[in-house]
Amino acid sequence: MNDAIQALSAAAAAAAIADGGLARDELFEHYRARAAADQLNAFTWVADQPAAPVDGPLGGVPLAVKDLFCTEAVPSQAGSRILEGYCPPYTATAVTNLEQAGAALLGKTNQDEFAMGSSNENSAYGPVLNPWDRSRVPGGSSGGSAAAVAAGLAPWALGTDTGGSIRQPAALCGIVGLKPTYGAVSRYGMIAFASSLDSAGPLTRDVTDAALFYSQLVGRDSADATSVGFPEPIELPSSERLDGVTLAVPTALVDGEGVEVGVRESFEASLETARQLGATITSCEIPSARFALSAYYVIAPAEASSNLARFDGVRYGFRAEEKSLDAMYTETRHDGFGAEVKRRILIGTYALSSGYYDAYYGRAQRVRTVVARELAEIFREADFIVTPTSPTVAFALGERTADPLAMYFSDLFTIPMSLAGTPAISIPSGLSNGLPVGLQICGPAFSENKILSAARALEQAIGFDGSVAWGATSG
Amino acid sequence: MDLWLGEQQVVSKELEPVIGLEIHVQLRTRTKMFCSCALGFGEPANTRTCPVCLGLPGALPVANAEAIHYGLMIGMALESELASVSTFHRKNYFYPDLPKGYQISQFDLPLCSGGKLGEVTINRVHLEEDAAKLNHAGASGRIDGADSSIVDFNRGGTPLAEIVTEPQLRSAEQAGSWLRLLRTTLRTLGVSDVNMEEGSLRCDANISLRPIGSDQLGTKTELKNMNSFRFIERGIRAEVERQRNLIGDGQSITQETLHFDPKSEAITSLRSKEEAHDYRYFPEPDLPPVIITKAMLGRAAEALPELPAAREQRYVDQVALSAESARLFAWRAELGDYFDAVCAADTSLEPQLAANWVTELQGRLGDQEAEDSKVSAAALAQLAALVSTSVINQGGAKQVLDELVSEGGEPAAVVAAQGLEAVAGANELAPIVAAALAANPELTERLRGGDMKPIGVIIGDVMKRTRGRADGKEVTLLVRQQLGLS
Repeated sequence: MNDAIQALSAAAAAAAIADGGLARDELFEHYRARAAADQLNAFTWVADQPAAPVDGPLGGVPLAVKDLFCTEAVPSQAGSRILEGYCPPYTATAVTNLEQAGAALLGKTNQDEFAMGSSNENSAYGPVLNPWDRSRVPGGSSGGSAAAVAAGLAPWALGTDTGGSIRQPAALCGIVGLKPTYGAVSRYGMIAFASSLDSAGPLTRDVTDAALFYSQLVGRDSADATSVGFPEPIELPSSERLDGVTLAVPTALVDGEGVEVGVRESFEASLETARQLGATITSCEIPSARFALSAYYVIAPAEASSNLARFDGVRYGFRAEEKSLDAMYTETRHDGFGAEVKRRILIGTYALSSGYYDAYYGRAQRVRTVVARELAEIFREADFIVTPTSPTVAFALGERTADPLAMYFSDLFTIPMSLAGTPAISIPSGLSNGLPVGLQICGPAFSENKILSAARALEQAIGFDGSVAWGATSG
Repeated sequence: MDLWLGEQQVVSKELEPVIGLEIHVQLRTRTKMFCSCALGFGEPANTRTCPVCLGLPGALPVANAEAIHYGLMIGMALESELASVSTFHRKNYFYPDLPKGYQISQFDLPLCSGGKLGEVTINRVHLEEDAAKLNHAGASGRIDGADSSIVDFNRGGTPLAEIVTEPQLRSAEQAGSWLRLLRTTLRTLGVSDVNMEEGSLRCDANISLRPIGSDQLGTKTELKNMNSFRFIERGIRAEVERQRNLIGDGQSITQETLHFDPKSEAITSLRSKEEAHDYRYFPEPDLPPVIITKAMLGRAAEALPELPAAREQRYVDQVALSAESARLFAWRAELGDYFDAVCAADTSLEPQLAANWVTELQGRLGDQEAEDSKVSAAALAQLAALVSTSVINQGGAKQVLDELVSEGGEPAAVVAAQGLEAVAGANELAPIVAAALAANPELTERLRGGDMKPIGVIIGDVMKRTRGRADGKEVTLLVRQQLGLS
């Protein structure tokens, strides 16, 4: 391993390429070799060589992309057997934006099937291992993206967040993950899980990398009717203080059951750091938060049950050979989808059924409106809401696979922001028993510049060192 | 047998059909409903496709503004209430012609609600996307039992307006004639090719029977996708007959979807209500609600041409046509356009006379449009003028028209070639009348005595002697003169 190259953040590597101190090919080959030797099962496909170089702010820095982004002529299976061998004829707008800014596609990363999961154990490619402890999960659903960045197999990665799928694995792997304001990043070419919640965002080593990456990711896309132009350019953060900034802690939620002691301690230490940087800490309530998880697990499966209907064996991917149409449909979907995906399709189909719609989907949408209103109310008084990103540190492989509700509980702190469509970042706040803990900072819609700025100040003060995990695949 | 419908005992045993129509109209936009593919018109299979209309993973729909504009024009023409906010919904079901596993349609907030066309109330008009086209290899022609089936996605995603009527039609003929009015309206709007054979206008009929005088609805069946006016009328007639026979035999009607085979006139079941889908409608999360702005309404209003109802009124008020002619030409715009061309070819023509000759022509053409016949508007105008200036009489003119319909040509030339000029005026006609009277002495005596009954025979004799070229009225006049009757 070339330690000098490995030590460069993505932003530093881009700068080094721009001023001629580093060759693009050398950088690419460094990461290509590491990705090809991946022992975490983080990658599902690794490029042989970089595409033709493009000059731009991302300066030729290699990019890992979650499997569910369509990449032309490159396998894109969303972690599912049902898309076995599927290579799309087009590339997702998010990936195109990054490539046009100079990023070089390094590989595709493992994920929970169709982004349904919080541990990356629901993948047709098998589970991803956490580089901090290979007996543990990396979180999910962007587990491959998070593990690849944490282990130094990729400088940065593109992931998606529907209920926490960027933030939670970033927290469990000790890196930075940003879930954007809904609509700020095009969803065109992202294989859909839950359309009204899906957001694409960066998983990076540090906050500055996240800002650089994000600055090239946003933008209105005429191919996505729900996308909107970002109202201002994304700036690289430089703030070191939090003077005049108010952080609101949803006390009842954070003090609730199921939050590990080590997580709470790290969170409280972060609050103390924030205070020292000049921030004011207040308490707030999100009364609807206790319904948010349930509402999410109605809305997301409902949309998924419809979004996944196109995987019918007729046109692409896996097909079970059967004599009749109905048998072909049934067997293709029976064999092609994993257990968790089938569970959610069933839940969603039930929730949308005639006679149940109002009681489930209709009611869940009303909860969603209330959650958004309550968050907006808090943001009138406070700049940010802060919570731990996940109630626990990385848990053991297999620990929660038999208990879906325990698994869903991983998303406790991330789901309210998903329902409200507001942005949130997870940054490492320290270690608990040698495993990373994440701090979540959430702001109102389109407050990404402010969030990045506050996150950068805290990051500098916390001084988390993630390089410990780089060695995980070297031996 | 007493008929019961619910709790209400019915007064009459006479049954009447109750018919509602659901019409799918392919809109003639430049691109498809939710992507930028050009519409398909018989190109090689799967050449008008993209990730969106193929339903590829990750692809997203974007609503076509032109289709919404056309939808608003249709709503205005049908006097509908136009939504200020309209949403798209997903209608979920599995079929190989539906690549996403759902159709993007509209549900509780359609673009247009209510309305009226002719005497029929409109329930709603909404926008949706067309399915792809399936071709089944094998003897059955259906997906069950096919050796293989191939899908052509060129049609998939074509914008459709679905127009739903209230069940206010009472016969197959009424349904057919109302549908012609709708087709004319849509064609006049320029929003669709409205060609039934090519599938740009498709009609399903909901049919039930009930005792005359009842205000309740019987169990209905849905007759699917009839692709010509003739098939629609025949299909409805056959289904009404089938239901009448079932009820007559004391059996009940099953709610089901039916297919009418125009060749055998057979009606077969496609699926019964028990197999009906639960479409699990929910708001399409990929498409924000459509906000209908004043500017959009203004553009749609500005684009509205003269519609059949206004045209009918204009024909009565300004052109002084009979109510019957006015409706015929307004509801069948092609025929109305032909009539306009006849009048324009000779502005001195009495419009009702021209109208009568257009009607006379159409009666000889069957399904063919006047414009597509061998009789040009100028020729028909000339023919009408020859009659109005008494160069030929009615009978002669009809002979000329027969010749024009089969061979085309100039009316004046046909008259000359066949010697059909009217025999008129005392000089020419008087000797012939005298000869006819002389040949019928008995009848002549009766006429002289004031019994005018035999005049018909004398006229007939004169017609025979002139090969039909005399005018009956003039013959009568000459008979009276020659016999000294006042």
